[in-house]
Amino acid sequence: MCLQESLSNVSLYLMCLYLHFTHRYYVSSKTINKLIQVHDRIFCCIAGSLADAQAVTKAAKFQISFHSIQMESPPLVKAAASVLKELCYNNKEELQAGFITAGWDRKKGPQVYTVALGGMLLSQPFTIGGSGSTYIYGYADAKYKPDMSREECLQFATNALALAMGRDNVSGGVAHLVVITEEGVEHVVIPGDKLPKFHDE
Amino acid sequence: MSSIGTGYDLSASTFSPDGRVFQVEYAMKAVENSSTAIGIRCKDGVVFGVEKLILSKLYEQGSNKRIFNVDRHVGMAVAGLLADARSLSEVAREEASNFRSNYGHNIPLKYLSERVAMYVHAYTLYSAVRPFGCSFILGSYDQDDGPQLYMVDPSGISFGYWGCAIGKAKQAAKTEIEKLQMKDMTCRELVKEVAKIIYIVHDEVKDKAFELELSWVGEVTNGKHELVPKDIRVEAEKYAKSLNLKGIIRKYCTNQVCKALRDLPRKNHFLKALCVYGSNSGFLCATRLLAF
Repeated sequence: MCLQESLSNVSLYLMCLYLHFTHRYYVSSKTINKLIQVHDRIFCCIAGSLADAQAVTKAAKFQISFHSIQMESPPLVKAAASVLKELCYNNKEELQAGFITAGWDRKKGPQVYTVALGGMLLSQPFTIGGSGSTYIYGYADAKYKPDMSREECLQFATNALALAMGRDNVSGGVAHLVVITEEGVEHVVIPGDKLPKFHDE
Repeated sequence: MSSIGTGYDLSASTFSPDGRVFQVEYAMKAVENSSTAIGIRCKDGVVFGVEKLILSKLYEQGSNKRIFNVDRHVGMAVAGLLADARSLSEVAREEASNFRSNYGHNIPLKYLSERVAMYVHAYTLYSAVRPFGCSFILGSYDQDDGPQLYMVDPSGISFGYWGCAIGKAKQAAKTEIEKLQMKDMTCRELVKEVAKIIYIVHDEVKDKAFELELSWVGEVTNGKHELVPKDIRVEAEKYAKSLNLKGIIRKYCTNQVCKALRDLPRKNHFLKALCVYGSNSGFLCATRLLAF
Protein backbone atom coordinates (compact mmCIF):
# COMPACT_ATOMS: atom_id res chain seq x y z
CA MET A 1 0.00 0.00 0.00
CA CYS A 2 2.38 2.58 -1.17
CA LEU A 3 3.39 4.41 -4.25
CA GLN A 4 6.51 3.45 -6.09
CA GLU A 5 8.00 5.22 -8.98
CA SER A 6 11.13 4.62 -10.96
CA LEU A 7 12.65 6.60 -13.76
CA SER A 8 15.56 6.04 -15.99
CA ASN A 9 17.46 8.60 -18.02
CA VAL A 10 20.80 9.05 -19.65
CA SER A 11 23.18 8.77 -16.75
CA LEU A 12 21.20 8.04 -13.67
CA TYR A 13 18.30 6.10 -12.40
CA LEU A 14 16.03 7.26 -9.66
CA MET A 15 13.77 5.30 -7.42
CA CYS A 16 11.50 6.74 -4.86
CA LEU A 17 9.15 5.24 -2.41
CA TYR A 18 6.72 5.99 0.36
CA LEU A 19 7.57 4.65 3.71
CA HIS A 20 4.14 3.71 4.78
CA PHE A 21 2.69 0.38 5.68
CA THR A 22 -0.93 -0.18 6.58
CA HIS A 23 -2.94 -3.11 7.73
CA ARG A 24 -6.55 -2.57 6.66
CA TYR A 25 -7.18 0.97 7.96
CA TYR A 26 -4.55 0.91 10.66
CA VAL A 27 -1.21 2.46 9.90
CA SER A 28 1.36 -0.06 11.17
CA SER A 29 4.40 1.99 10.31
CA LYS A 30 5.22 5.30 8.69
CA THR A 31 8.90 4.59 8.29
CA ILE A 32 9.22 1.14 6.76
CA ASN A 33 11.87 0.68 4.08
CA LYS A 34 10.50 -0.57 0.80
CA LEU A 35 13.63 0.06 -1.22
CA ILE A 36 15.74 -3.07 -1.02
CA GLN A 37 19.27 -3.16 -2.37
CA VAL A 38 19.82 -6.45 -4.19
CA HIS A 39 23.29 -5.58 -5.46
CA ASP A 40 25.77 -2.69 -5.55
CA ARG A 41 23.98 -0.83 -8.32
CA ILE A 42 20.59 -2.57 -8.38
CA PHE A 43 17.61 -1.69 -6.19
CA CYS A 44 14.14 -3.12 -5.86
CA CYS A 45 10.88 -1.39 -4.89
CA ILE A 46 8.51 -3.85 -3.28
CA ALA A 47 4.72 -3.90 -3.30
CA GLY A 48 1.95 -6.23 -2.27
CA SER A 49 2.30 -8.45 0.76
CA LEU A 50 5.48 -7.19 2.39
CA ALA A 51 6.17 -10.52 4.02
CA ASP A 52 6.19 -12.24 0.63
CA ALA A 53 8.18 -9.43 -0.94
CA GLN A 54 10.85 -9.52 1.74
CA ALA A 55 11.18 -13.30 1.48
CA VAL A 56 11.51 -13.12 -2.29
CA THR A 57 14.06 -10.32 -2.25
CA LYS A 58 16.11 -12.17 0.34
CA ALA A 59 16.28 -15.24 -1.92
CA ALA A 60 16.91 -13.08 -4.98
CA LYS A 61 19.70 -11.16 -3.24
CA PHE A 62 21.49 -14.41 -2.48
CA GLN A 63 21.08 -15.75 -6.01
CA ILE A 64 22.21 -12.52 -7.63
CA SER A 65 25.26 -12.23 -5.42
CA PHE A 66 26.25 -15.85 -6.16
CA HIS A 67 25.69 -15.29 -9.87
CA SER A 68 27.81 -12.15 -9.80
CA ILE A 69 30.70 -13.99 -8.10
CA GLN A 70 30.53 -16.87 -10.60
CA MET A 71 30.53 -14.47 -13.53
CA GLU A 72 33.32 -12.40 -11.95
CA SER A 73 31.52 -9.20 -12.91
CA PRO A 74 28.61 -7.11 -11.59
CA PRO A 75 25.25 -8.57 -12.64
CA LEU A 76 23.16 -7.09 -15.42
CA VAL A 77 19.97 -5.38 -14.26
CA LYS A 78 18.12 -7.69 -16.63
CA ALA A 79 19.62 -10.72 -14.91
CA ALA A 80 18.53 -9.46 -11.48
CA ALA A 81 15.03 -8.75 -12.75
CA SER A 82 14.90 -12.22 -14.35
CA VAL A 83 15.84 -13.86 -11.06
CA LEU A 84 12.96 -12.08 -9.34
CA LYS A 85 10.65 -12.97 -12.19
CA GLU A 86 11.51 -16.66 -11.96
CA LEU A 87 10.77 -16.64 -8.23
CA CYS A 88 7.46 -14.82 -8.73
CA TYR A 89 6.32 -16.91 -11.67
CA ASN A 90 7.24 -20.32 -10.30
CA ASN A 91 5.55 -19.61 -6.98
CA LYS A 92 2.67 -17.54 -8.21
CA GLU A 93 0.07 -19.58 -6.28
CA GLU A 94 1.62 -18.82 -2.91
CA LEU A 95 2.99 -15.30 -3.43
CA GLN A 96 1.43 -11.90 -3.70
CA ALA A 97 4.31 -9.54 -4.41
CA GLY A 98 5.30 -7.25 -7.22
CA PHE A 99 8.57 -5.44 -7.83
CA ILE A 100 10.15 -2.63 -9.69
CA THR A 101 13.77 -3.54 -10.31
CA ALA A 102 16.07 -0.86 -11.51
CA GLY A 103 19.71 0.03 -11.57
CA TRP A 104 22.82 0.60 -13.63
CA ASP A 105 25.04 -1.89 -15.45
CA ARG A 106 28.04 -1.55 -17.71
CA LYS A 107 26.34 -3.05 -20.75
CA LYS A 108 23.13 -1.02 -21.14
CA GLY A 109 23.48 1.72 -18.56
CA PRO A 110 20.42 2.69 -16.47
CA GLN A 111 17.36 0.48 -16.87
CA VAL A 112 13.95 -0.06 -15.25
CA TYR A 113 12.08 -3.38 -15.19
CA THR A 114 8.64 -4.17 -13.75
CA VAL A 115 7.96 -7.61 -12.36
CA ALA A 116 4.19 -7.87 -11.98
CA LEU A 117 2.26 -10.06 -9.53
CA GLY A 118 2.04 -13.19 -11.70
CA GLY A 119 5.63 -12.96 -12.90
CA MET A 120 5.51 -10.78 -16.00
CA LEU A 121 8.78 -9.01 -16.80
CA LEU A 122 8.70 -5.77 -18.73
CA SER A 123 11.34 -3.18 -19.50
CA GLN A 124 10.18 0.44 -19.50
CA PRO A 125 11.73 3.93 -19.55
CA PHE A 126 9.82 4.72 -16.38
CA THR A 127 7.15 3.00 -14.34
CA ILE A 128 4.84 3.62 -11.39
CA GLY A 129 3.15 1.16 -9.07
CA GLY A 130 1.29 0.73 -5.82
CA SER A 131 -2.09 1.91 -4.63
CA GLY A 132 -1.30 5.62 -4.96
CA SER A 133 -0.08 5.23 -8.52
CA THR A 134 -3.59 5.27 -9.98
CA TYR A 135 -3.88 8.95 -9.12
CA ILE A 136 -0.75 10.01 -10.98
CA TYR A 137 -0.83 8.12 -14.27
CA GLY A 138 -1.93 11.28 -16.03
CA TYR A 139 0.73 13.40 -14.37
CA ALA A 140 3.49 10.90 -15.06
CA ASP A 141 2.54 10.41 -18.73
CA ALA A 142 2.29 14.15 -19.29
CA LYS A 143 5.39 15.28 -17.44
CA TYR A 144 7.87 12.53 -18.30
CA LYS A 145 10.35 13.25 -21.05
CA PRO A 146 13.38 11.17 -22.02
CA ASP A 147 16.94 12.29 -21.15
CA MET A 148 16.10 14.42 -18.15
CA SER A 149 18.91 15.71 -15.97
CA ARG A 150 19.39 14.54 -12.39
CA GLU A 151 17.62 17.57 -10.91
CA GLU A 152 14.68 17.38 -13.33
CA CYS A 153 14.35 13.69 -12.54
CA LEU A 154 14.33 14.28 -8.78
CA GLN A 155 11.79 17.06 -9.18
CA PHE A 156 9.55 14.90 -11.34
CA ALA A 157 9.66 12.06 -8.84
CA THR A 158 9.08 14.25 -5.80
CA ASN A 159 6.14 16.02 -7.43
CA ALA A 160 4.55 12.76 -8.49
CA LEU A 161 4.93 11.30 -5.00
CA ALA A 162 3.53 14.41 -3.38
CA LEU A 163 0.46 14.39 -5.63
CA ALA A 164 -0.21 10.72 -5.00
CA MET A 165 0.28 11.00 -1.26
CA GLY A 166 -2.13 13.93 -1.26
CA ARG A 167 -4.98 11.95 -2.83
CA ASP A 168 -4.46 8.36 -1.65
CA ASN A 169 -5.74 7.75 1.88
CA VAL A 170 -3.50 4.73 2.46
CA SER A 171 -0.32 6.45 1.27
CA GLY A 172 1.79 8.93 3.15
CA GLY A 173 4.60 9.35 5.59
CA VAL A 174 8.12 9.81 4.24
CA ALA A 175 9.35 9.85 0.66
CA HIS A 176 12.52 7.86 0.10
CA LEU A 177 14.45 8.36 -3.12
CA VAL A 178 17.56 6.60 -4.36
CA VAL A 179 19.78 7.96 -7.13
CA ILE A 180 21.88 5.25 -8.81
CA THR A 181 24.73 6.14 -11.15
CA GLU A 182 27.89 4.46 -12.36
CA GLU A 183 29.78 6.23 -9.59
CA GLY A 184 27.56 5.19 -6.72
CA VAL A 185 24.28 5.26 -4.89
CA GLU A 186 22.75 8.28 -3.11
CA HIS A 187 19.77 8.24 -0.78
CA VAL A 188 17.44 11.23 -0.52
CA VAL A 189 14.83 11.21 2.24
CA ILE A 190 12.04 13.81 2.30
CA PRO A 191 9.64 13.89 5.25
CA GLY A 192 5.97 14.38 4.37
CA ASP A 193 5.76 17.97 5.53
CA LYS A 194 8.73 19.01 3.35
CA LEU A 195 7.18 17.72 0.11
CA PRO A 196 6.05 20.27 -2.51
CA LYS A 197 2.55 21.59 -1.92
CA PHE A 198 -0.16 21.44 -4.57
CA HIS A 199 -3.76 22.62 -4.78
CA ASP A 200 -5.24 19.36 -3.52
CA GLU A 201 -5.65 20.58 0.05
CA MET B 1 57.07 -43.46 -26.91
CA SER B 2 54.37 -43.43 -24.25
CA SER B 3 54.88 -44.95 -20.84
CA ILE B 4 52.57 -47.80 -19.90
CA GLY B 5 50.62 -47.36 -16.71
CA THR B 6 50.70 -51.02 -15.63
CA GLY B 7 48.26 -51.27 -12.81
CA TYR B 8 47.77 -47.55 -12.20
CA ASP B 9 45.80 -47.00 -15.34
CA LEU B 10 42.78 -49.19 -14.73
CA SER B 11 40.48 -46.50 -13.39
CA ALA B 12 40.27 -42.74 -13.33
CA SER B 13 40.20 -42.79 -9.54
CA THR B 14 43.84 -43.90 -9.26
CA PHE B 15 46.98 -41.77 -9.32
CA SER B 16 50.22 -43.24 -10.56
CA PRO B 17 53.36 -42.93 -8.36
CA ASP B 18 54.57 -40.03 -10.51
CA GLY B 19 51.33 -38.14 -10.03
CA ARG B 20 49.50 -38.81 -13.30
CA VAL B 21 45.99 -40.00 -13.94
CA PHE B 22 46.53 -42.33 -16.89
CA GLN B 23 42.90 -42.70 -17.84
CA VAL B 24 42.71 -38.98 -18.56
CA GLU B 25 45.88 -39.16 -20.64
CA TYR B 26 44.49 -42.11 -22.59
CA ALA B 27 41.37 -40.06 -23.23
CA MET B 28 43.56 -37.32 -24.70
CA LYS B 29 45.16 -39.95 -26.95
CA ALA B 30 41.69 -40.76 -28.24
CA VAL B 31 41.41 -37.14 -29.30
CA GLU B 32 44.73 -37.33 -31.08
CA ASN B 33 43.47 -40.21 -33.21
CA SER B 34 40.70 -38.11 -34.68
CA SER B 35 41.04 -35.71 -37.59
CA THR B 36 41.91 -32.08 -37.02
CA ALA B 37 39.64 -29.26 -35.99
CA ILE B 38 40.78 -25.66 -35.65
CA GLY B 39 39.23 -22.47 -34.36
CA ILE B 40 40.62 -18.97 -34.82
CA ARG B 41 39.43 -15.70 -33.35
CA CYS B 42 39.84 -12.54 -35.37
CA LYS B 43 38.95 -8.96 -34.63
CA ASP B 44 35.27 -9.26 -35.52
CA GLY B 45 34.40 -12.93 -35.14
CA VAL B 46 35.43 -16.57 -34.82
CA VAL B 47 35.94 -19.12 -37.62
CA PHE B 48 35.94 -22.92 -37.21
CA GLY B 49 37.40 -25.40 -39.66
CA VAL B 50 37.13 -29.19 -39.41
CA GLU B 51 38.84 -31.80 -41.55
CA LYS B 52 36.07 -34.38 -41.81
CA LEU B 53 37.47 -37.65 -43.14
CA ILE B 54 35.12 -39.50 -45.45
CA LEU B 55 35.30 -43.16 -44.55
CA SER B 56 32.83 -44.36 -47.14
CA LYS B 57 31.65 -43.13 -50.53
CA LEU B 58 28.11 -43.97 -49.46
CA TYR B 59 27.94 -41.19 -46.89
CA GLU B 60 25.54 -38.39 -47.66
CA GLN B 61 27.33 -35.09 -48.13
CA GLY B 62 27.14 -32.98 -45.01
CA SER B 63 26.33 -35.87 -42.69
CA ASN B 64 28.24 -36.65 -39.48
CA LYS B 65 28.64 -33.00 -38.67
CA ARG B 66 31.44 -32.10 -36.31
CA ILE B 67 30.41 -28.50 -35.72
CA PHE B 68 27.42 -27.95 -33.46
CA ASN B 69 25.25 -25.01 -32.56
CA VAL B 70 25.08 -24.69 -28.81
CA ASP B 71 23.08 -21.49 -28.67
CA ARG B 72 22.26 -18.93 -31.28
CA HIS B 73 25.53 -17.13 -30.71
CA VAL B 74 27.76 -20.09 -29.74
CA GLY B 75 29.37 -22.72 -31.95
CA MET B 76 31.27 -25.87 -30.96
CA ALA B 77 33.81 -27.78 -33.05
CA VAL B 78 34.82 -31.21 -31.75
CA ALA B 79 37.57 -33.80 -32.10
CA GLY B 80 37.70 -37.27 -30.58
CA LEU B 81 34.96 -39.79 -29.97
CA LEU B 82 31.97 -38.31 -31.79
CA ALA B 83 29.40 -39.94 -29.56
CA ASP B 84 30.96 -38.39 -26.45
CA ALA B 85 31.11 -35.06 -28.23
CA ARG B 86 27.43 -35.20 -29.17
CA SER B 87 26.32 -35.83 -25.62
CA LEU B 88 28.54 -32.97 -24.39
CA SER B 89 26.99 -30.66 -26.94
CA GLU B 90 23.60 -31.50 -25.42
CA VAL B 91 25.01 -30.67 -21.97
CA ALA B 92 26.29 -27.35 -23.26
CA ARG B 93 22.92 -26.60 -24.87
CA GLU B 94 21.11 -27.25 -21.62
CA GLU B 95 23.50 -25.01 -19.71
CA ALA B 96 23.01 -22.18 -22.17
CA SER B 97 19.24 -22.65 -22.15
CA ASN B 98 18.98 -22.72 -18.35
CA PHE B 99 21.12 -19.63 -18.08
CA ARG B 100 18.89 -17.75 -20.48
CA SER B 101 15.80 -18.93 -18.63
CA ASN B 102 17.15 -17.81 -15.25
CA TYR B 103 18.95 -14.60 -16.15
CA GLY B 104 17.21 -13.36 -19.27
CA HIS B 105 20.26 -12.89 -21.52
CA ASN B 106 22.80 -14.79 -23.65
CA ILE B 107 25.25 -16.91 -21.73
CA PRO B 108 28.77 -15.43 -21.74
CA LEU B 109 31.20 -17.90 -23.31
CA LYS B 110 33.69 -17.88 -20.46
CA TYR B 111 30.99 -19.01 -18.09
CA LEU B 112 29.62 -21.65 -20.48
CA SER B 113 33.05 -23.15 -21.08
CA GLU B 114 33.71 -23.25 -17.33
CA ARG B 115 30.42 -25.00 -16.66
CA VAL B 116 30.96 -27.62 -19.38
CA ALA B 117 34.57 -28.06 -18.30
CA MET B 118 33.35 -28.71 -14.74
CA TYR B 119 31.01 -31.38 -16.10
CA VAL B 120 33.81 -33.02 -18.10
CA HIS B 121 36.05 -32.89 -15.05
CA ALA B 122 33.47 -34.66 -12.92
CA TYR B 123 33.86 -37.74 -15.11
CA THR B 124 37.58 -37.88 -14.33
CA LEU B 125 37.03 -38.39 -10.61
CA TYR B 126 35.32 -41.77 -10.33
CA SER B 127 36.10 -45.33 -11.26
CA ALA B 128 32.50 -46.07 -12.17
CA VAL B 129 32.64 -43.86 -15.27
CA ARG B 130 35.25 -43.17 -17.90
CA PRO B 131 36.45 -39.69 -18.93
CA PHE B 132 35.01 -38.15 -22.09
CA GLY B 133 37.21 -38.94 -25.08
CA CYS B 134 36.78 -35.64 -26.88
CA SER B 135 38.10 -32.10 -26.89
CA PHE B 136 36.09 -29.25 -28.20
CA ILE B 137 36.46 -25.64 -29.16
CA LEU B 138 33.73 -23.17 -28.27
CA GLY B 139 33.40 -19.84 -30.03
CA SER B 140 30.96 -16.98 -29.79
CA TYR B 141 30.45 -13.37 -30.75
CA ASP B 142 28.72 -10.74 -28.67
CA GLN B 143 28.23 -7.08 -29.45
CA ASP B 144 29.72 -5.91 -26.17
CA ASP B 145 32.27 -8.59 -25.32
CA GLY B 146 33.37 -9.18 -28.91
CA PRO B 147 34.57 -12.55 -30.23
CA GLN B 148 35.60 -15.25 -27.73
CA LEU B 149 37.28 -18.65 -28.20
CA TYR B 150 37.67 -21.34 -25.54
CA MET B 151 38.92 -24.89 -25.67
CA VAL B 152 38.00 -27.72 -23.27
CA ASP B 153 40.00 -30.92 -23.10
CA PRO B 154 39.20 -34.32 -21.51
CA SER B 155 40.91 -33.40 -18.26
CA GLY B 156 38.28 -30.73 -17.70
CA ILE B 157 40.28 -27.55 -18.04
CA SER B 158 39.33 -24.69 -20.29
CA PHE B 159 41.48 -21.87 -21.61
CA GLY B 160 40.76 -18.87 -23.78
CA TYR B 161 42.63 -18.64 -27.07
CA TRP B 162 43.20 -16.50 -30.12
CA GLY B 163 43.69 -19.68 -32.13
CA CYS B 164 43.77 -23.36 -31.26
CA ALA B 165 43.84 -26.77 -32.88
CA ILE B 166 42.81 -30.24 -31.74
CA GLY B 167 43.17 -33.66 -33.33
CA LYS B 168 45.92 -35.57 -35.08
CA ALA B 169 47.63 -32.68 -36.85
CA LYS B 170 47.30 -30.19 -34.05
CA GLN B 171 51.03 -29.44 -33.85
CA ALA B 172 51.30 -28.68 -37.56
CA ALA B 173 48.11 -26.66 -37.45
CA LYS B 174 49.31 -24.68 -34.44
CA THR B 175 52.50 -23.79 -36.31
CA GLU B 176 50.44 -22.51 -39.22
CA ILE B 177 48.07 -20.60 -36.96
CA GLU B 178 50.96 -18.87 -35.22
CA LYS B 179 52.03 -17.42 -38.54
CA LEU B 180 48.74 -15.54 -38.90
CA GLN B 181 48.10 -12.01 -37.69
CA MET B 182 44.59 -12.85 -36.60
CA LYS B 183 44.06 -9.77 -34.46
CA ASP B 184 44.02 -7.61 -37.58
CA MET B 185 42.01 -9.89 -39.85
CA THR B 186 38.31 -9.91 -40.59
CA CYS B 187 36.18 -13.04 -40.76
CA ARG B 188 36.08 -13.05 -44.55
CA GLU B 189 39.88 -13.07 -44.81
CA LEU B 190 40.16 -15.60 -42.04
CA VAL B 191 37.82 -18.12 -43.68
CA LYS B 192 40.27 -18.51 -46.53
CA GLU B 193 43.20 -18.92 -44.17
CA VAL B 194 41.38 -21.55 -42.12
CA ALA B 195 40.60 -23.54 -45.26
CA LYS B 196 44.24 -23.24 -46.30
CA ILE B 197 45.46 -24.55 -42.95
CA ILE B 198 43.17 -27.56 -43.07
CA TYR B 199 44.35 -28.40 -46.57
CA ILE B 200 47.97 -28.06 -45.48
CA VAL B 201 47.69 -30.35 -42.47
CA HIS B 202 45.63 -32.96 -44.24
CA ASP B 203 47.71 -36.07 -44.82
CA GLU B 204 47.13 -37.21 -48.41
CA VAL B 205 48.97 -40.48 -47.93
CA LYS B 206 47.30 -41.83 -44.82
CA ASP B 207 43.80 -40.40 -45.24
CA LYS B 208 42.22 -40.13 -48.64
CA ALA B 209 39.13 -38.07 -49.15
CA PHE B 210 37.98 -35.44 -46.75
CA GLU B 211 35.23 -32.87 -46.53
CA LEU B 212 35.97 -29.43 -45.19
CA GLU B 213 33.40 -28.17 -42.69
CA LEU B 214 33.58 -24.43 -42.14
CA SER B 215 31.51 -22.31 -39.84
CA TRP B 216 31.69 -18.82 -38.45
CA VAL B 217 30.11 -16.42 -36.01
CA GLY B 218 30.74 -12.71 -35.92
CA GLU B 219 29.71 -9.30 -37.08
CA VAL B 220 29.37 -10.71 -40.60
CA THR B 221 26.60 -13.05 -39.42
CA ASN B 222 25.11 -10.58 -36.93
CA GLY B 223 26.18 -12.64 -33.96
CA LYS B 224 24.56 -15.86 -35.22
CA HIS B 225 26.66 -19.02 -35.49
CA GLU B 226 26.11 -20.74 -38.82
CA LEU B 227 27.87 -22.79 -41.49
CA VAL B 228 29.75 -20.65 -43.98
CA PRO B 229 27.58 -20.06 -47.09
CA LYS B 230 28.33 -22.37 -50.01
CA ASP B 231 29.78 -19.72 -52.34
CA ILE B 232 32.22 -18.41 -49.73
CA ARG B 233 33.23 -21.94 -48.83
CA VAL B 234 33.89 -22.85 -52.47
CA GLU B 235 35.98 -19.70 -52.88
CA ALA B 236 37.95 -20.50 -49.73
CA GLU B 237 38.60 -24.06 -50.87
CA LYS B 238 39.82 -22.81 -54.23
CA TYR B 239 42.23 -20.44 -52.47
CA ALA B 240 43.37 -23.25 -50.19
CA LYS B 241 44.02 -25.67 -53.03
CA SER B 242 45.96 -23.11 -55.04
CA LEU B 243 48.43 -22.60 -52.20
CA ASN B 244 48.75 -26.18 -51.15
CA LEU B 245 52.20 -26.79 -52.61
CA LYS B 246 53.21 -29.19 -49.89
CA GLY B 247 50.20 -31.32 -50.72
CA ILE B 248 51.13 -31.40 -54.38
CA ILE B 249 54.71 -32.35 -53.67
CA ARG B 250 53.71 -35.02 -51.21
CA LYS B 251 51.31 -36.41 -53.74
CA TYR B 252 53.61 -36.53 -56.72
CA CYS B 253 57.08 -37.01 -55.37
CA THR B 254 58.43 -39.73 -53.16
CA ASN B 255 62.05 -38.72 -53.63
CA GLN B 256 63.61 -37.74 -50.30
CA VAL B 257 65.53 -34.92 -51.89
CA CYS B 258 62.40 -33.34 -53.25
CA LYS B 259 60.78 -33.44 -49.88
CA ALA B 260 63.18 -30.69 -48.97
CA LEU B 261 61.48 -28.53 -51.60
CA ARG B 262 58.45 -28.33 -49.38
CA ASP B 263 60.08 -25.81 -47.14
CA LEU B 264 61.21 -23.43 -49.86
CA PRO B 265 59.26 -20.36 -50.92
CA ARG B 266 57.39 -20.96 -54.16
CA LYS B 267 59.51 -18.92 -56.52
CA ASN B 268 62.65 -20.89 -55.67
CA HIS B 269 61.19 -24.28 -56.43
CA PHE B 270 61.81 -24.41 -60.13
CA LEU B 271 65.32 -23.01 -59.84
CA LYS B 272 66.35 -25.35 -57.07
CA ALA B 273 64.83 -28.36 -58.74
CA LEU B 274 66.70 -27.83 -61.97
CA CYS B 275 69.99 -26.37 -60.81
CA VAL B 276 70.66 -27.88 -57.43
CA TYR B 277 68.85 -31.15 -57.30
CA GLY B 278 68.58 -31.91 -60.95
CA SER B 279 67.24 -35.39 -60.36
CA ASN B 280 64.53 -36.79 -62.54
CA SER B 281 61.91 -36.48 -59.87
CA GLY B 282 63.05 -32.97 -59.09
CA PHE B 283 62.47 -31.99 -62.68
CA LEU B 284 59.13 -33.74 -62.62
CA CYS B 285 58.13 -31.83 -59.51
CA ALA B 286 59.13 -28.52 -60.93
CA THR B 287 57.25 -29.07 -64.17
CA ARG B 288 54.17 -30.12 -62.29
CA LEU B 289 54.41 -26.99 -60.19
CA LEU B 290 54.74 -24.85 -63.26
CA ALA B 291 51.78 -26.58 -64.82
CA PHE B 292 49.80 -25.81 -61.76
